[in-house]
Amino acid sequence: MKASAFAYARPTSVPSALELLVAYGDKAKVLSGGQSLMPAMNLRLISPEFIVDIGELAELRGIVVKGDVLTVRALTRHVDVLRSPEIATHAPLLRDATSHVAHPAIRNRGTLGGSLAHADPASELPACMVALGATVIVCGPRGERRIPAQEFFTGIYETALSPQELLVAVELPVARKDSVHFFHEFARRHGDYAIVGLAAQSTIVDGQFTDLRLGFFAVGDRPLLAGAAGKLVNVAVTPEVLANASAVLGEELDPQEDQQATPAMRRHLAKVLLQRCVSTLLSRADLQSGVPAR
Amino acid sequence: MTRKPANRDAFSVLDRPNSYIGKTVPRPNLDRLMQGRGLYVSDIELPRMAHVVFLRSPHAHAKITGIDAAAAERMPGVIAVVTGQEIAVVITPWVGVLSHLKGLKSAPQSAIAVDRVCWQGEAVAAIIATSRAAAEDAAEHISVAYEELDAVTDMQTALDPTTSVIHPALGDNLAFERNHDAGAVDAAFAASDEVVEAEFIFGRHTGVTLEPRSVVADWNSAEGRLTIYQGTQAPHMVQNIAALHLGLQESQVRVVCKDVGGSFGIKVHVYADEMATYALSKLLRRPVKFVADRVESFNTDIHARDHRCKGKIGVKRDGIITAFEIDDLTGIGPYSMYPRTSAIEANQVVNLVGGPYVTKNYRARARVVFQNKNVMCQYRAVGHPIACSVTEGLVDLAAMKIGMDPVEIRRRNLIADDAYPCASPSGLRFEQLSHHAALAKLIKMMDYDALRAEQAMLRAKNIHRGIGIASFIEVTNPSAAFYGVGGAKISSQDGVAVRLDAQGAVVCQTSITEQGQGSESLTAQIVGSVLGVSMDRVRVILGDTDNTPYGGGTWASRGAGIGGEAALQATKVLRKNILDVAAAILQSSPGDLDIVSNSVVNVSDGAPRIELSELARIVYFRPDTLPPGIQAELMATRHFVPREYPFAFTNGVQASWLEVDTDTGFVKLLKHWVVEDCGTIINPQLVDEQIRGGVVQGLGAALFEKCVYDERGQLTNANMADYLVPMSGEMPDIDIGHVVSPTMESELGAKGAGEAGTAGAAAAVTNAVNDALRPFGAIITEIPLTPQMILTALGRI
Repeated sequence: MKASAFAYARPTSVPSALELLVAYGDKAKVLSGGQSLMPAMNLRLISPEFIVDIGELAELRGIVVKGDVLTVRALTRHVDVLRSPEIATHAPLLRDATSHVAHPAIRNRGTLGGSLAHADPASELPACMVALGATVIVCGPRGERRIPAQEFFTGIYETALSPQELLVAVELPVARKDSVHFFHEFARRHGDYAIVGLAAQSTIVDGQFTDLRLGFFAVGDRPLLAGAAGKLVNVAVTPEVLANASAVLGEELDPQEDQQATPAMRRHLAKVLLQRCVSTLLSRADLQSGVPAR
Repeated sequence: MTRKPANRDAFSVLDRPNSYIGKTVPRPNLDRLMQGRGLYVSDIELPRMAHVVFLRSPHAHAKITGIDAAAAERMPGVIAVVTGQEIAVVITPWVGVLSHLKGLKSAPQSAIAVDRVCWQGEAVAAIIATSRAAAEDAAEHISVAYEELDAVTDMQTALDPTTSVIHPALGDNLAFERNHDAGAVDAAFAASDEVVEAEFIFGRHTGVTLEPRSVVADWNSAEGRLTIYQGTQAPHMVQNIAALHLGLQESQVRVVCKDVGGSFGIKVHVYADEMATYALSKLLRRPVKFVADRVESFNTDIHARDHRCKGKIGVKRDGIITAFEIDDLTGIGPYSMYPRTSAIEANQVVNLVGGPYVTKNYRARARVVFQNKNVMCQYRAVGHPIACSVTEGLVDLAAMKIGMDPVEIRRRNLIADDAYPCASPSGLRFEQLSHHAALAKLIKMMDYDALRAEQAMLRAKNIHRGIGIASFIEVTNPSAAFYGVGGAKISSQDGVAVRLDAQGAVVCQTSITEQGQGSESLTAQIVGSVLGVSMDRVRVILGDTDNTPYGGGTWASRGAGIGGEAALQATKVLRKNILDVAAAILQSSPGDLDIVSNSVVNVSDGAPRIELSELARIVYFRPDTLPPGIQAELMATRHFVPREYPFAFTNGVQASWLEVDTDTGFVKLLKHWVVEDCGTIINPQLVDEQIRGGVVQGLGAALFEKCVYDERGQLTNANMADYLVPMSGEMPDIDIGHVVSPTMESELGAKGAGEAGTAGAAAAVTNAVNDALRPFGAIITEIPLTPQMILTALGRI
């Protein structure tokens, strides 16, 4: 379990990092927190020729609130997200989700930008970006691009990022005062990748959703902003309404099979999550049916 | 509940002043390990040391038609590439059979595959280089031509005539079969009010030690000696095996075992890649290091369990169990493991099923078959979890059938505490067990009735909790009956040498080994207590065949019971020798003197007479001042092996309290209880933590751990992300209680405690899940119990 030999550079500015990425293209890999990259290299699942270690790019660190926009720069570590008062105030969904990311040793090194660029469909953070309506900011040889989160994630480990580009930050709209959120995932052990998870952000007026964004993860090749949410907005949610939304959700999902779950189980668990999310956000225990005993 | 042994010496270590027996004292090795000063095999660096990496087969079964290593040999840092044929010059193959397991057969296994590979992960070539990384680079440049053969992967069809035979010379794929028939089983079933049957399925899993298997072998051609540094549980066994197959005398092999990062039975065997490493050192005349990486650990560390066991129980309406019957099938990989063999687990299942219960009617068949998967062999609590899950699962099913409480049916069938000595239906002899006392204590600890009330109350709110109970027996302190009688050179006796040094401190050499369970601590506690010196004066040396007495090591819960008794007896002799000299110096009589707190004292008034340091000074430096004819012997050695009973059986009972989320199939473990009877307890904390650790491994089997093979024999989850070891976040609090029935076979009275936790945990959890699912009419008899399985049983997906 030793990585193949590789060349290594630790640039001190974004422009010099970009120069290296332009020069090496898809032969290079960006090293951020290294929590996915290093195991993959040690297992020789990938053998990049060139490692661009961006750990010294101080300009990629930090969390800033300006007006209605919360900017989280790419090198922000998961532990920094968990401890940030700005995140707690303006994006509490992201804080809740981050507490489910692996374990402290991994959260101490892993970064938000790294997680998003890696784009594991079972990962919590891409789903949060989709649910929160984030904008992903990337820098490349031709300057900056601003990509809506929903367009950023394009497949399993695939994003709109080109090999010459560097993910530098995400921008999130500051959470509205009347917004509420829900985060839950089903994982065999705490810290594991989820079998199914849901990151949801909503606004509620007089017991009805006026806005509901449901970011499911581990249900397909990328995070899914569920259209089923549309069935629940601006209506009085009854068990029938919820069942209808649940049926719509089932059709939207295209879950994968793996050792933890069949597609049918993922679809089932996603529906359970939807039900629990809606009943929790609306404080409606009556919507939390459970299975009656025979 | 302490039973006082009747026939004890007036002098007993249990009630000496300042005794450490029965006290929680910190382990002597704690600071060293916590400060990072442990010495594991990976830490060992020797001059000219090379690193070996094994190129392993990607196929479950294939002919090797060619190996081209020319490009690899030219790579930087590469010292040699060695194939199976080349290494065969220095090491002979082996066959993992024992004569007392009648009919057990296996095929010759080589250090590195020759001509054919029989499981995905078997080594086909060794790459020796100046670093592990350089060897891994070179491994990528070796091309091996394979011709794939049919892979036998499903144990259920391994014996079909249409299935290909893995080793044609053996005639079929049946490695071992045992049949047992006791009492009148058919008549008992016929006379039963209810007969319940079920098939129990156990996933294949493995031990996952924190430190992988590792070896440094150092052949010194000038001395004609091989030094093996290895994290092993049984150094003398390794010495014997290495010498045997390298054509050496045992005196030419020294095995040094420093710190070991977990073993659980994984490190009690001798593996092909370890044998290859010894041989490579001899071949290349230089030290060679092998440290398994995590992927090869999953592919080559022995796996365990993987049984399918049909079970049948008969019961009367009054709850009396009339008979047990089982038919067990297990697949062990392509070879019976060396030297302990892979028939032991199935054999144990036959031995242990029904063991806690009165009925004498018991029929069993166990079949062990070959398959093209990684080898299976003894892992913590060998056979116990299978036997316990089958027995306790059947007992619960019987109770359910006749509408009896699970505790009540056990009360009516467990062997009475005053019925000993007696024997099990499989012929095991029990000296003294305490099932009823243990059950009574457990019921009290868990407040059973209150839990049942809580369960009923929560069911009304659609919250489904379950209680599972599992009684068990545990094999400990094995005599030669385990391996010696079958011809294996695996010692069942252990030895301890103790000596007083020149400043009155004690050096103790023991043949048991330490892998984290506290062998070093318990030995120091016994020596300090028996001698009358403080523990900080006792230094324990273990794990070195040049520097310890000959013995078995630490496995099958034998360290405390066997090695501990040897330490007690050796120290008694040393104590007597010290008092003899002290009497001569003090012109007193030995009977009037004692040793307390590092000094010789009067028995009568406790007055200090001479410090041990002063006595040692006189003995070692001024023997001229001793009376004529007095020759002090301040070193003593004793050995011990149980002779009367082949095994010291212990017993216990576990309970699990858990909640099943019937929407998701997830199980939340809420609480776990264990009451165990390991006889004399030397260090309560070490015993409790042994049991807790064992429970956690049992919970892993119950809910998480499984080596997932596909139909082509590929292990598909050989990594720590996909193979789920139990982690602290999912573990419940584990409360532990004890009943104490010391064994009379030894003065110490200690039995083992290492298997207890693992033996019953999965059975308790499975019974609890089925208890929770009772309103849904769902019963699951397969582990690991996954959410997928539970949702399926509930008809939700």
